[in-house]
Amino acid sequence: MAFVALESVSHSYAGADGALAVDGLTCAVEAGEFAAVVGPSGCGKSTLMKLATGLQFPRAGSVSVAGKKVTAPVKMAGMAFQAPTLLPWRTTAENLLLPLEIVEPYRSAMYRKRGEFRGRAEQLLASVGLGGQGTKYPWELSGGMQQRASLCRALIHEPQLLMLDEPFGALDAFTREELWCVIRDLHAARKITVILVTHDLREAVFLADRIFVMSARPGRIVVERKIELPRPRDLDITFTSDFTDIVHELRSHIVKARQ
Amino acid sequence: MNRQRVFIRLAPWLFTIGLFVLWEGAVRLFNIPVFFLPPPSAVAEAFVQFWGPLARNSWITLETTLIGFALAVVFGMALGLLIGWSRTIYAGLYPLMIGFNAIPKVAVVPILVLWFGIGFIPAVLTAFLISFFPIVVNVATGLATIEPELEDVLKALGASKLDIMRKVGIPRTLPYFFGSLKVAITLAFVGSVISESVASNFGIGNLMLQAQAQFQVPLIFAGLVALAIEGILMYWAMAALERRMTGWAQRSGFAQA
Ligand SMILES: Nc1ncnc2c1ncn2[C@@H]1O[C@H](COP(=O)(O)OP(=O)(O)O)[C@@H](O)[C@H]1O
Ligand SMILES: [Mg+2]
Repeated sequence: MAFVALESVSHSYAGADGALAVDGLTCAVEAGEFAAVVGPSGCGKSTLMKLATGLQFPRAGSVSVAGKKVTAPVKMAGMAFQAPTLLPWRTTAENLLLPLEIVEPYRSAMYRKRGEFRGRAEQLLASVGLGGQGTKYPWELSGGMQQRASLCRALIHEPQLLMLDEPFGALDAFTREELWCVIRDLHAARKITVILVTHDLREAVFLADRIFVMSARPGRIVVERKIELPRPRDLDITFTSDFTDIVHELRSHIVKARQ
Repeated sequence: MNRQRVFIRLAPWLFTIGLFVLWEGAVRLFNIPVFFLPPPSAVAEAFVQFWGPLARNSWITLETTLIGFALAVVFGMALGLLIGWSRTIYAGLYPLMIGFNAIPKVAVVPILVLWFGIGFIPAVLTAFLISFFPIVVNVATGLATIEPELEDVLKALGASKLDIMRKVGIPRTLPYFFGSLKVAITLAFVGSVISESVASNFGIGNLMLQAQAQFQVPLIFAGLVALAIEGILMYWAMAALERRMTGWAQRSGFAQA
């Protein structure tokens, strides 16, 4: 069975006068897979993320993660969003410790092992090019650096599932491509399951093993496309015709999805 | 650049002295009688002459105000957290609190006197009642404005509501809380002086009322100045506390220009 599975899921938000955000949404992501979700704005991509992590529960259909029906927040997902949402009163390294203060078994060990965990935070920061920046406050870092730190915070407790909701949407093109490589390497090194929401088709094709294209609201999956470009992928691949062909193909699906 | 800095340092003193000079000049120029508007020199004289009662009553007013303020901090913080904790409590209490805040506190003093007699307790309670609202509102606002994404990040880790409150809610509320203390302390003075002037035998409020009855106009103004000094000192103390506790929230260079 797939690691993350949504089965004919429909959902509407309370107070949204019953209008469905997603309807008849079915998708499955295998363990260790890198999945990307693309679709027009407001089609329910973030809703899909919330359903898969147990932050929202479907009105109809079922959601399961790691073989279990989701009835509460999944307690093991790392999440990162377009805004880095780091806590301004904590240094960058202390921000990384936040998940460890919540998730077991780290939580109980926090008091004894704070030093060890802090070392781990510094290491993780170094692995995304933020070596030695742990003692700075988030507002002393650039937007791209904050986003890297936010990714680290999503990963420090070694989650099996990483959820990224347009994490690079607010960054400039160069920084964005740098961070693609950061994510690509983290995924390769840790073999975790990643679900990435994006509206950047090149980003989706570069990073993902499988892409889901959603229809306009109420969202459902209209196309599922496997990306079989060889790994490890280099940024140069984005200039090959194979790559651009896939991007064009997806774009035509999106254009149809918007109608 | 350096000169500008020196001027900024001196500005509060220069402006204050300037105000007094203008005041003195205007009174002399227009020959305003002392019993209508005494010049600062007459106020200073009254200060020296009535130093004893002024100091004693200032102290009492300060004490009253601080006790009322301390109550407001404790209850305001608690109620603010409660309101920020639950939407139901928020929905239920908010209109009540707005209604309550709209009541002029001077109208409450007679009731407090009915319950507790004249003197210290009504003054403390008036200071409390008038100063606790801004604290509640600010604490609740701090909690209500937690970024939903951050809440999602924490919930997806299995964080309980209490976890979110401790790790994010309360720290993020502190700048609002300490900011509100500056407003609350000045309001607390208003509260205690109102109550002192209608229902007490002590305090600056009462002293001013008696001075008025005896037509000692310079002493009334001396009382006002004493209150202003106390207010400035307490405001300054709260601002210093705010800077100390929540330096991270004040990183904008805007106000420093
Ligand atoms: N908390 C909410 N309350 C009510 N409606 C919401 C809420 N969140 C999202 N929606 C609605 O659900 C639809 C899907 O939203 P979302 O999943 O955020 O879209 P996307 O991430 O694809 O832009 C939108 O039409 C949006 O207005
Ligand atoms: Mg979204």
